[in-house]
Amino acid sequence: MITLEALAPVAATGMFSYAWLMIATPAVVAAILLLFGSILDRIGHWLAVAAVLFSFSIAACLFAQQLQSAPDARAVAVPMFEWITTGMWHISAGLLVDQLSILFALLVTGVGALIHIYSVGYMAHDERRRRFFAYLNLFIAAMLTLVLADNYLVLFVGWEGVGLASYLLIGFWQHKPSAAAAGTKAFVMNRIGDLGMTMAIMAMLALFGSSAFTAVNAAAPHLEPFWATTIGLLLLLGACGKSAQVPLQAWLLDAMEGPTPVSALIHAATMVTAGVYLVVRSHAIFEMSSAASTAVVVVGCVTLMAGAWIGSSKDDIKKVLAGSTMSQIGYMMLAAGLGPVGYAFAIFHLLTHGFFKANMFLGAGSVMHGMDDDVNMRHYGGLAKVMKVTFWTFAMGYLAIIGVPGFAGYFSKDHIIEAAFEVSTVAGVTALIGAGITAFYMTRLMVMTFLGERRWREKVHPHESPWVMTVPLIILAFFSVVAGALMNNWIQEWLEPATGAHVQETALMPGPIGWATLLVVASGIALAWWIFGTKPVPNVAPASGNPFTVTGRNDLFGDLINDTLVVRPTLAVSRGVVTGDDRIIDAGADGLAGVFSGLSSQARRLQTGQVRAYALTMTIGVVLVGAVLILTQLA
Amino acid sequence: MSPDNYVYLAAILFTIGTIGVMIRRNALVAFMSVELMLNAANLAMVAFALARGGLDGQVATFFVMVVAAAEVVVGLSIIITIYRTRRSTSVDAANLLKL
Amino acid sequence: MIGQEVTFWIVAPLMVLGALGLLFFRKAVYAALSMAFVMVNLAVLYASLNAMFLTFVQIIVYTGAIMMLFLFVLMLVGVDTPDSMVETLKGQKLAAWLAGIGMLGLIVFGIGAALQGGPNVGLDEANAAHGGNVESLAALIFGRYVFAFELTSALLITAAVGAMVLGQHARTRPKPTQRELADARMRDYAESGAHPGSLPNSGVLARHNSIATPALLPDGTISQASVSTTLAERGVIVDAPALSRNTAAVFDAVESGEAEEDDE
Repeated sequence: MITLEALAPVAATGMFSYAWLMIATPAVVAAILLLFGSILDRIGHWLAVAAVLFSFSIAACLFAQQLQSAPDARAVAVPMFEWITTGMWHISAGLLVDQLSILFALLVTGVGALIHIYSVGYMAHDERRRRFFAYLNLFIAAMLTLVLADNYLVLFVGWEGVGLASYLLIGFWQHKPSAAAAGTKAFVMNRIGDLGMTMAIMAMLALFGSSAFTAVNAAAPHLEPFWATTIGLLLLLGACGKSAQVPLQAWLLDAMEGPTPVSALIHAATMVTAGVYLVVRSHAIFEMSSAASTAVVVVGCVTLMAGAWIGSSKDDIKKVLAGSTMSQIGYMMLAAGLGPVGYAFAIFHLLTHGFFKANMFLGAGSVMHGMDDDVNMRHYGGLAKVMKVTFWTFAMGYLAIIGVPGFAGYFSKDHIIEAAFEVSTVAGVTALIGAGITAFYMTRLMVMTFLGERRWREKVHPHESPWVMTVPLIILAFFSVVAGALMNNWIQEWLEPATGAHVQETALMPGPIGWATLLVVASGIALAWWIFGTKPVPNVAPASGNPFTVTGRNDLFGDLINDTLVVRPTLAVSRGVVTGDDRIIDAGADGLAGVFSGLSSQARRLQTGQVRAYALTMTIGVVLVGAVLILTQLA
Repeated sequence: MSPDNYVYLAAILFTIGTIGVMIRRNALVAFMSVELMLNAANLAMVAFALARGGLDGQVATFFVMVVAAAEVVVGLSIIITIYRTRRSTSVDAANLLKL
Repeated sequence: MIGQEVTFWIVAPLMVLGALGLLFFRKAVYAALSMAFVMVNLAVLYASLNAMFLTFVQIIVYTGAIMMLFLFVLMLVGVDTPDSMVETLKGQKLAAWLAGIGMLGLIVFGIGAALQGGPNVGLDEANAAHGGNVESLAALIFGRYVFAFELTSALLITAAVGAMVLGQHARTRPKPTQRELADARMRDYAESGAHPGSLPNSGVLARHNSIATPALLPDGTISQASVSTTLAERGVIVDAPALSRNTAAVFDAVESGEAEEDDE
């Protein structure tokens, strides 16, 4: 495997110089929607949809132009303005439209547009719909800034922007205390990741004098191993925060408090994959440090299993999908950590996952829409007959995620498992088992939701969703089926200049590992069917002493661990600081003030209020001053 | 005759005025002591005028007299106002100017 | 020049004495009079210093206007109550004297030393410049110092307005009507037995009818209410019983004379 230097991007011409419109349009529309208030209540959502569609059309045009141009002229730099000029630092803001970022831009705007359209129906009865769409547009703008940035600082702006949008949207139903708390939790946990991010950027600025991708990539091969490892680990910390990887995974499950389109767009398809993008973007650094790459693989493997574990034990349909998202991002991390062999597959899986997971989240939203916002799968059952479109589109996503041959997930995930076996048997086995568990919990979800007997609550009348919701579902389902086959061979070649990895052979027919994967997947499906499909599903979760179940239902005790290791010690320290402040610093200041107050109350006795005493004082003063003057004259 | 003696006389009168302000409690008497101080200064200025052969000292004295007239008018009004509210002209009684 | 020195040595001790009177007279009115005395003497000194204009201004403005204003105010606020000379502030008197003497020493030794060997030109030339002291002063006041002079007019106007504003006292409660006064009087009578009618006239005796003479009640005692309390405090009340005794004696004499005539 030979690592290529990243090619220098060519200057922007023609269409490319308008790439900034992709970001500006949704940002401006978001500002308009927020600033102009209720006069836009009736048309605001369509304005937002139009903005995203406009961005998508630009992205599509740029993509088409890139397809036509020669491979070495595909990466285009679009300088915008000198951002920070202070002392020796000259940091310019610009966009980099290369093979990697354009794919992301397409995913973000494409899936984003579909989810916008879907939200028009989903949020139809919400009073604050205009605000919701403003936040969604803000997110699109920030996410595009993140993926189109040409240096780490601009990327960081987008990174924080999506964090903000995520916070606003998770807590969108702020009247629910749980939603507000979930938003705060996501924000705070992301701060930890951001700390890593900022420190990594500062280290880059200190070492390379620039945070531009081209400069970092060019200088990375000469980096000392220590610094490569440090920067790599810091970047990984940032990626963990944003992508909900262990140990910063706890916020993603709570983030499901937000409206379902948000979960689909931000917490499944786009934002949470930013960590993977970051790792792939910084491949030059990770390639210099085996420790950092190994850390990425370990994080990926652990999260893969943790997410699958949580997904298997939850009854809340959105939390199952959230666990699944964690798990799938774990796959991507694993692939990204494998080195050049895995970059393309990480992005490949990221794209296919973007389609099928958005599809399934929106399907889950459609189910909730029909079930009066009930999220407990034990209250579902037999929905396949009443929600036909939702069922069939969901089924496409299901087949894609478990990796049935021919569907999107099959290609991407199989490649990752194969690549993992190539690098490390442990990683490979983990990925393989993960695939089985994925099949298990997704089958469980399908069976409990769409099949079996009806366990609906009273007064709940499931119905199919309106066309604005089903059309995006159908489009996403279509891509869940074909995206894998479409991109299978093409994507490696396409990403070669951006990731610096050579094309490797991939076969359509499964190899030995592929057959093993299929076997594991099949046994996962069978096990789930045997447990949940053949027996009636109880209405409440049966009490279980099984430590695996208990742990999974409690999110692997992630909150407890955070509480014990971080929150309580922090609280104790801050209480100590407060006490010290009160007892020592404040007491010192108060004591000093007391001394002066005592002195002045003594001095106050001079102020008798007697005019004659004042006259006397004045006269004595005159005498003293006169005496001094005369004496100095004499001297 | 040199102005020395006049100046010494003025100094004595001025000192007596100062002491009067400090030891007399009747506001009117204290006020008269202030007038005595002004007069002492006037005397000194007229004596200097003679000694230096210019009339500027006398002009200054004239202005001091005018100012003293204005001052007396306002000062006595104030004393009457105080007397009206406090039924006393003792400067010790007006001791609200303390904490 | 001899006349000037003689005048000085006569007038100066008198002035110091008068000024000391300001410090030691217990009654404010005496202090005011001794102050007036000092000012008149000062006018004399001005005259001896070739300042004729100031001499008359001193007499007219200071002695005539300002000191009389003081006396009016003294009468307004009570002319008779002598000040207590007992010092209430601890150590104030001693400290005041020390400070005063210290200041005197400073002035005498400070300024006096500076005066030694100073010029002594005399005013003859300056006075003669415009034909006399008053003319020369006028030339200065309306010439070089005209702006200051105009300013003093503004000052005087302001002072006059200020005195009027201060002298006016806002009524804090409405003026009582006749009826309210009558009611209040009757209420006092009901509560404390105060006589509701007008006070008794002063006494009108054969040889005395001043308001300082108290009226006699039917039993021969004097009526305290018939004379002003101010006069009573001053102790100028005529001793009515003594007078009546005198009258009674005359009556007795007249009656006994009649008896003798009857006898004849």
